[in-house]
Amino acid sequence: MANLDSTTTASAGTAVTAEERRQRVKKSLGARHRKERLFHGLGITAVVLALGFVAILFYDVLQRGLPAFQQAQVTVDVYFDPEVIDLGERPVQSPGQSPADYSAQLNGWLRAAALLNWNRLLETSIRTIVPEFEGDARDIAAIIDSSQRFVIRDAFTSDPSLLGQTREFSLLASADADNWLKGTIDRSLPDARQQLSADARALADDLLERGEIRFAFASHLFTNVDSRSAPASAGLAGAFMGSLYMMLIVIVLAVPIGVASAVYLEEFAPKNRLTDVIEITINNLAAVPSIVFGLLGAAVFINYFRLPLSAPLVGGLVLTLMTLPTIIIATRSSLRAVAPSLRQAALGLGASRTQMVFHHVLPITYPGILTAAIIGVAQALGETAPLLLIGMNAFVANIPSSPMDQASALPVQIYLWQGNENRNFFEARTSAAIIVLLGLMLSLNAIAIFLRSRLEKRK
Amino acid sequence: MASGMNFPHAELTPNAEQATDHGAAELAQRSVRVRASDVSVFYGAKQALFDVSVDIPDRAVTAFIGPSGCGKSTFLRCINRMNDTIEGARVGGKIELDGEDIYDPSLDVVELRARVGMVFQKPNPFPKSIFENVAYGPRIHGLIRTKAEAEEVVVSSLRKAGLFNEVKDRLHEPGTGLSGGQQQRLCIARAIAVGPEVILMDEPCSALDPIATAIIEELIDELRENYTIIIVTHSMQQAARVSQKTAFFHLGNLVEEGPTDKIFTNPEDKRTQDYITGRFG
Repeated sequence: MANLDSTTTASAGTAVTAEERRQRVKKSLGARHRKERLFHGLGITAVVLALGFVAILFYDVLQRGLPAFQQAQVTVDVYFDPEVIDLGERPVQSPGQSPADYSAQLNGWLRAAALLNWNRLLETSIRTIVPEFEGDARDIAAIIDSSQRFVIRDAFTSDPSLLGQTREFSLLASADADNWLKGTIDRSLPDARQQLSADARALADDLLERGEIRFAFASHLFTNVDSRSAPASAGLAGAFMGSLYMMLIVIVLAVPIGVASAVYLEEFAPKNRLTDVIEITINNLAAVPSIVFGLLGAAVFINYFRLPLSAPLVGGLVLTLMTLPTIIIATRSSLRAVAPSLRQAALGLGASRTQMVFHHVLPITYPGILTAAIIGVAQALGETAPLLLIGMNAFVANIPSSPMDQASALPVQIYLWQGNENRNFFEARTSAAIIVLLGLMLSLNAIAIFLRSRLEKRK
Repeated sequence: MASGMNFPHAELTPNAEQATDHGAAELAQRSVRVRASDVSVFYGAKQALFDVSVDIPDRAVTAFIGPSGCGKSTFLRCINRMNDTIEGARVGGKIELDGEDIYDPSLDVVELRARVGMVFQKPNPFPKSIFENVAYGPRIHGLIRTKAEAEEVVVSSLRKAGLFNEVKDRLHEPGTGLSGGQQQRLCIARAIAVGPEVILMDEPCSALDPIATAIIEELIDELRENYTIIIVTHSMQQAARVSQKTAFFHLGNLVEEGPTDKIFTNPEDKRTQDYITGRFG
């Protein structure tokens, strides 16, 4: 040690004096501080820029999407006019009648009910509210969403005693009326370029003024399925369920398979050429564009295994394949981060390799594995491209009751609405769907963070 | 600090000196527990240990000393086959525990490690409660079945490791919350709980302060009543204080071995003399 000291002093001492040396250090110090400030500044700029873009994104989406959660709704008193509802009694099953006979009779009755002119009832109601309105029936039909006559019909068929009575309904205004009232269409445009006729526009304004049209929370956005004929009633329920099924499939398949593969590769597999190849392959798979997984799904699951088109089952399988590399890589790196001393402690006590892994290594990597799983699932939840190739961009007007039914998915629904021709109305809808998707992802992440902090506390 | 000094084995200190004084005579009476013959270790193509042959006496402390990288830890890790866990490590020669070849393919390494316990350089308790740390070994080896048995083993092991009085009120708190010296005694308790015949200690005090070191050394001296202990140490004073037999390693060779008094007072090899007088290392 002493020897070392004397050599350094000697070599430095021969070249420069102590004073000069201090000067040189001071000079280099300035440059070092400048570099540090520069780096500091760059870092802050990057963070501010990133946050700024996120803020712009959120502002834009919220500002566009929030109005869609409020929708124009018309309150009307509907008189179930016996003159219009020219129907016999609702059939009841008579004693001795076979169920098939009865259901044929009932279907006949329901078919007859479907053919009635329910819009007449609505027209009469509106004309009662605005007696001075002189436009024709089409103008009235134009401001009420076309799906709403079925609301009236269904109310009657389920309760035929309504005949001759009056009941209050809160009905959705049509997308065109909603646009006009919200001002999402330029009010100064000439008649030819307006979606509603002059009479219909005047009627909508009139009803709004009278308080018969109100803006209320659009709960049907969450309870209805997509609709093309009645855009005002289009909702996300079908896409939401489709996404939910796919997420469940990804969680059930990708997480256990991914974690098991990672544990095997990291803890048990011999290190040889084969495992090297597997490792490289997994890393490469993580970088494969997601649309390629869609092609694979179409070729294998649909073409070969003959699974149904547009089914969340196929979507879930494709997303599982896409998510596996992410989960495997992240789990392996968290396993690799476990201190070797912990492994040695377990092995030194005579624990077998399996006991070491399952009693000691895995428990402390749970937070890491959980993060890996959430990143993977969130990625899968937001994926659109592969779903387009397995037919999930089809228009589906049902809530899927099982993963084998046809369904859409939230990101695909966003894509479909984005391309809808009724831009004025669907621009807000698209952003509303984005808000729902983002909300879902944020809550997923919140759950993960909560679970992770609980797991970490337990240590 | 007061509680650290007030450990229960203070009265053992004179015994330790006595033991060292009569080390040579005592050693002669001891049977051989572990016998190594021509042990060589390779890490890949590099040979780390060259033909080491040494006998480890029963119920005594044997110290391995030598400069860094001399192969003493490598040799220690051969005795419970911890080298098996290192990729590319190969062991040649023969190590017998009670006359049984521990590298025999029919021998189960898990059973071997139940018989040969190990304490590591850095205290490495499991991130679990103190109780669980000690009960884990007996549990995986099927030594305890009921909760009462577990409690008995945990208490007696903690007592033997001189830790019980310090932790009896917080057995269910995490073992990682203890001080470094307490953690190392917990690791010793954990090793004892399995009931090993041999305990390997790989520089057990190098991460501890002098007071914690003194407590561990007392403990080692007490433990040799019942266990065969092999300790790797960088501190020659420690080797002189706690061991009855010393082996000096240099550049992967066993240079000299013998009763501790002899190695420290009258070494035969020039390299041993240079090392213990501080001329290198």
